[in-house]
Amino acid sequence: MTKNCHNDYKMKFTTDEEFPDLSLHNNHMAKVLTKEIYEKLRSKSTPSGFTVDDVIQTGVDNPGHPFIMTVGCVAGDEESYEVFKELLDPVISDRHGGYKPTDKHKTDLNFENLKGGDDLDPNYVLSSRVRTGRSIKGFTLPPHNSRGERRAIQNLSIEALSSLEGEFKGKYYPLDGMTDAEQEQLIADHFLFDKPVSPLLTCAGMARDWPDARGIWHNDNKTFLVWVNEEDHLRVISMQKGGNMKEVFKRFCVGLQKIEEIFKKHNHGFMWNEHLGYILTCPSNLGTGLRGGVHVKLPKLSTHAKFEEILTRLRLQKRGTGGVDTASVGGVFDISNADRLGSSEVEQVQLVVDGVKLMVEMEKKLEKGESIDGMIPAQKFVCDPQEEDKSIC
Amino acid sequence: MPSPSLIESKGFVLLTAFTFFPEGPNAYLKYHLFFISHFYLCSSEYPDLRQHNNCMASNLTPAIYAKLCDKTTPNGYTLDQAIQTGVDNPGHPFIKTVGMVAGDEESYEVFADLLDPIIKERHNGYDPCVMKHPTDLDSSKIHSGQFDDRYVLSSRVRTGRSIRGLSLPPACTRAERREVERVVVDALAGLKGDLTGRYYSLTQMTEKEQQQLIDDHFLFDKPVSPLLTCAGMARDWPDARGIWHNNEKTFLIWINEEDHTRVISMEKGGNMKRVFDRFCRGLKEVERLIQERGWEFMWNERLGYILTCPSNLGTGLRAGVHVKLPLLSKDPRFSKILDNLRLQKRGTGGVDTAAVGGVFDISNLDRLGQSEVQLVQTVVDGVNYLIECEKRLERGQDIKVPPPIKQFK
Repeated sequence: MTKNCHNDYKMKFTTDEEFPDLSLHNNHMAKVLTKEIYEKLRSKSTPSGFTVDDVIQTGVDNPGHPFIMTVGCVAGDEESYEVFKELLDPVISDRHGGYKPTDKHKTDLNFENLKGGDDLDPNYVLSSRVRTGRSIKGFTLPPHNSRGERRAIQNLSIEALSSLEGEFKGKYYPLDGMTDAEQEQLIADHFLFDKPVSPLLTCAGMARDWPDARGIWHNDNKTFLVWVNEEDHLRVISMQKGGNMKEVFKRFCVGLQKIEEIFKKHNHGFMWNEHLGYILTCPSNLGTGLRGGVHVKLPKLSTHAKFEEILTRLRLQKRGTGGVDTASVGGVFDISNADRLGSSEVEQVQLVVDGVKLMVEMEKKLEKGESIDGMIPAQKFVCDPQEEDKSIC
Repeated sequence: MPSPSLIESKGFVLLTAFTFFPEGPNAYLKYHLFFISHFYLCSSEYPDLRQHNNCMASNLTPAIYAKLCDKTTPNGYTLDQAIQTGVDNPGHPFIKTVGMVAGDEESYEVFADLLDPIIKERHNGYDPCVMKHPTDLDSSKIHSGQFDDRYVLSSRVRTGRSIRGLSLPPACTRAERREVERVVVDALAGLKGDLTGRYYSLTQMTEKEQQQLIDDHFLFDKPVSPLLTCAGMARDWPDARGIWHNNEKTFLIWINEEDHTRVISMEKGGNMKRVFDRFCRGLKEVERLIQERGWEFMWNERLGYILTCPSNLGTGLRAGVHVKLPLLSKDPRFSKILDNLRLQKRGTGGVDTAAVGGVFDISNLDRLGQSEVQLVQTVVDGVNYLIECEKRLERGQDIKVPPPIKQFK
């Protein structure tokens, strides 16, 4: 195996000679990786040839920010989480609120278990969205996969998606084959994804061979969207205007199940195990890989002294309306679940539904000049009740 | 048009083999089965180069790809790694980049089926299969190397050198990169006289030192060009990167940027002869010092000095001046004159910048197939000619386009 050959060559150097200089670094990998762990893992490689240096390269190249704690490592294939567990288990624990190597993750995509969620006030909740990722078993992940693998993933995806019917009937737009008119429409719909420019992704090798075998699929109603071969094999998104999160989540669950059936028929189901849930490229997206959220108008509440604390207690996070690392505009915030691992899809979306409902009521109270002190919630617990996870992703 | 998936088409591949070879001994059948499935496996990996304009894309046929895709150098470097930068950077209709790098010295052998035609195309017909590259660092052979200071503002000669036995920047490990730094810095500490100097490591320099290096225009930054980043040359930045220069600031060495070392001799004014003297003297002294410690530079008589980018093979030498040619540069014959003199122009910010105030960076076009002395003499003769043209135009006299210089001497 060519990559193993390179790793064998590297072994002639000592651990000290190869160990990265992480003195200026602030990311989960840098906080966890000791010389002892590196020594133990550097001679290993996954069956496809992914090594610990491959895992950590993005974290070495991107020292991070004093306030924002990135993960700093990626998986190259399903086996990475096993072969490099001495490094990845503590990273996962730090990132996911103390999740232990012995913990089990609950998967629940039964939309009927969600209570409420169909009555969020559309005067405040402008849009609702649920996204997740899925990896196709038998292929390596975006940091590592070859052109042949990526193309095979695209072909399988096209086959699975083009067999969908009813509200899921749609069309695939390959990035290297769309017309100018199609491209403009996808941009106008805010569906088009670009070649990654973030060094967090490019240093992990995820932009190689762009735009070969990348594309976007969406249904005719423009409420169900799949990205192929961006940061994960598949990113699946259900969305619509207004506050009917229940409907969004139902479509999400139904659509995902339909797609999964087809992949399973080809002996390429989704990567999943009962400890880590759905396996994705970035350890921050393990578990459900789910980010369910709304764009909601909270001009008064967002300037209240207790806003951050309320979010923390509700296990929610805020972002600007441009997504991660953007600012809010006009008091409109993107509010979504903070957790991914250790609680199920239903539980995480329930937190969003209940939390946003409460915050909208608080906003209305503040509009009337009334106090919200009596409404401040107690801390919600879903997984291990340890200290808050202050990171963003 | 998406190709049929690998897994699903194994049946198709087998069927083809049986159809084509119904008779014959099993061994023959097995060989062709292997050949077809190997070729098919490679074809599913073959990059889509339809939008591409670089030397790699022009020369990488599916047959060459199939032949080389399973090979690796002894260090484990592969063809896919070598061509990644060319796949990721389709290029520009007007500017043809190389589109491929070497990860180590052996890349030029193991991937010769692709690199030889690229080298021939990039170096204007130099055929590495039959030709030999001359190396000559005897600067005493240069004549007329003192330019008119009223026109030439500065003179500079640069090249690169790689340390044999260590992988090149696209492929090197952190340990190898640190070893390159150690070997070179150790040797440079032995330089004396006008070459005495010191090393500034990128990870350890003070803010004051950094500001001084910026003011002197010596500091190099983490590469942002995707041509370099896609080839993996910015990994682990700024670990084991640094700058060495002599106290007089006329001899400068970059460590672990795009090559193991880049060596630069320069000074204000038009004394190219002195710049080249110092260049040769410094290079030979550094070579002697690393040899004392058991190391040597990568070099062979087919390709000359081995560097990361095939465009820098041979001498790796760019000798140039910043020269004022306000009248000549507006003459429609300017480009043709440069071509015939085997010179190229750049803006004064270096590659891919524009000229400012009629001042141009003029340097040699060629790198491989001629020696250092020959190339510097070409620059000397050429720049003297350009200055003559400028003076004639100042006097209202006409100028002549010189006959083209023979390519390989």
